[in-house]
Amino acid sequence: MTSPLEQKKIRIMGPSVVTANRTWDGAVVYRTSEQGWSTVLSDAAIVSTSDDARALLAESVADDVGAVGAYIAPVEIKEGGVIKPGNLREHIRSKGLTIDLLPA
Amino acid sequence: MYAYDELDRTLINERVSEFRDQVKRRLSGELTEDEFKMLRLQNGVYLQLHAYMFRVAIPYGTLSSKQLRRLAHVARRYDRGYGHFTTRQNIQFNWIKLAELPDALSDLAEVGIHAMQTSGNNMRNVTSDQWAGVAPGEVEDPRIWSEILRQHTTLHPEFSFLPRKFKIAITASEHDRAAIKIHDIGLRLHKNADGETGFEVLVGGGLGRTPFIAKTIKPFVHGRDILSYVEAILRVYNQYGRRDNIYKARIKILVHELGIEKFAREVDEEWRQMSDSALTLDHSVIDEVRSRFSYPAYEKLPHMPDELKQAAHDPLFERWRKNSVAPHKVQGYSIVTLSLKPVGGPPGDATADQMDAVADLADKYSFGEIRVGHEQNLALPHVAKRDLPQLWKALDRLGLATPNVNLVTDIIACPGLDYCSLANARSIPIAQELTRRFANHDTADMIGRLHINISGCINACGHHHVGHIGILGVEKNGEEFYQITIGGRADENAQMGVLIGPAVPYAEVADVIEDIVEAYLALRDRPEELFVDTVKRLGVEPFKERVYATR
Ligand code: HEM
Ligand code: SF4
Repeated sequence: MTSPLEQKKIRIMGPSVVTANRTWDGAVVYRTSEQGWSTVLSDAAIVSTSDDARALLAESVADDVGAVGAYIAPVEIKEGGVIKPGNLREHIRSKGLTIDLLPA
Repeated sequence: MYAYDELDRTLINERVSEFRDQVKRRLSGELTEDEFKMLRLQNGVYLQLHAYMFRVAIPYGTLSSKQLRRLAHVARRYDRGYGHFTTRQNIQFNWIKLAELPDALSDLAEVGIHAMQTSGNNMRNVTSDQWAGVAPGEVEDPRIWSEILRQHTTLHPEFSFLPRKFKIAITASEHDRAAIKIHDIGLRLHKNADGETGFEVLVGGGLGRTPFIAKTIKPFVHGRDILSYVEAILRVYNQYGRRDNIYKARIKILVHELGIEKFAREVDEEWRQMSDSALTLDHSVIDEVRSRFSYPAYEKLPHMPDELKQAAHDPLFERWRKNSVAPHKVQGYSIVTLSLKPVGGPPGDATADQMDAVADLADKYSFGEIRVGHEQNLALPHVAKRDLPQLWKALDRLGLATPNVNLVTDIIACPGLDYCSLANARSIPIAQELTRRFANHDTADMIGRLHINISGCINACGHHHVGHIGILGVEKNGEEFYQITIGGRADENAQMGVLIGPAVPYAEVADVIEDIVEAYLALRDRPEELFVDTVKRLGVEPFKERVYATR
């Protein structure tokens, strides 16, 4: 799916969030509108213009102690404002493995 | 087994305290991620989709029961209760917290396990035959040489800051179980006409974006000269290696661009200047390393014990024995492969409980020793034949006696999009579906030897190019698609598979593989003709026709 490294020239096609991995444990997190991080996608700040996306990313990248590898990811807004990940990669990051019958 | 010396133990412990300090500084913000990344990679720590991943080396695939128990402990205490054995004799933990990593490293250090040479642009874990030291007809135990190379290259400046990662594999048997032809340097131990032991040296193998089979650069290098010769190769590589383009910086590209003859001349030139150098190995040095490998006190046992004769009446036991038990160099003993490929399971994963139980079985039946192979299975290297029936029962209870070694369900797969941040597509669920399609062991037996390899992107961690059937995940318009190749192989006759046609969507992969297998069954000229041999004889056309005629 889209590599985070290819986002230098930021242009978004639809509603997006900023996501990263939390520094101390690596967990998937989303940038909130309170300049923090949350593990819950519905807490994420949603941006819909490229300028807003750029600003949110810049602010997120600056918080290097909180989370690493921040990038912009697409989301879909469903009926009633429910936020869903915008592609399979983000779906897996948000919902976990698609593997059934894990060992253990 | 191998006994580490004091130097190793000191080095490992120093690395742990160094890393503890680095993690502390990272978490406090004193180090940025940019500064820290190199440091974590030197300690086997990657960042994946959901968490950090921690890769631990299992040098030349040899583990003691004590070490395996410690790996189980790390899986249980710091991870989610399981680990993943890789194609390069490493184990990966997928859910480790950075804050707890120093503790995990420190627990492992107590039993001589570390993560050096598992990541970064340096010399990686030197891999070898998982049957080293026990395979009949072997020239010499290749681990002695793996260890000499390991010691020489660990933290050595010439090997620590390379243009890219660098991988060496060593075999000492006719049949190559270490896949030496797809390594940067492949070493085949053999004897020359005078009966001296040395190496055929191959260079420039590797998969990924531009796959190459390694070529022979020198048919015989005397054992005592192997360090200087390898170093000469590295020097030429370091001089020429392209650091400006990450995709072109592997030695395979250099060998391809210079041509093997010119590359060989350059290495020889470099090597001549180094001859008689301090790198020539003394007998005493080789003997010292040799003496650190201990072999069990084997008993004198009959070739065919009564226990085995009786158990032969049980068809389930017999099926497993024929599939998973191999001859040992000592009469009365066997090498037993433990399949980590249960039907429906993720290939190469083992739970902490399984690891503990295997450690116990190793103590009881295999002189406390376990091996890890590049096919992502485990092995017990010294099992008395009389114990095979008991061992089988115990393994079966643990889900480790699936009689599918080297068969269609013994799939090699990378973590793919379920874990890996570089992936295009998923690998593990494809493997799981295929094991269900071919779950009937009679059918799998009838199909015979067939290796399926799956990678979730072109980096080829699942060795898809050299699978008899290779499956590569690609992305098309945001959907998972898979390119399928056939006819590849990773052994002494290594070659790349050939693409059979356009990529197919996720939902169709298992059907396509079934079609390919059915075509093979119809086309093979006798049951003994292996899949790869049928492909070799007929080419890809008949398979292509079968797959795409109806699609
Ligand atoms: C999930 C974390 C992983 C990441 C990020 C990763 C990344 C990579 C990358 C970038 C390469 C290409 C390097 C190059 O060509 O210079 C590579 C090669 C390789 N990886 Fe991985 N890998 C991962 C897991 C694994 C696993 C689980 C295995 C074994 C099952 C594995 C085995 C290999 C092998 C054998 C190669 C060499 C292929 C060749 O010959 O070119 N890797 N890996
Ligand atoms: S082949 Fe690609 S997807 Fe699979 S583990 Fe390697 S880098 Fe990840």
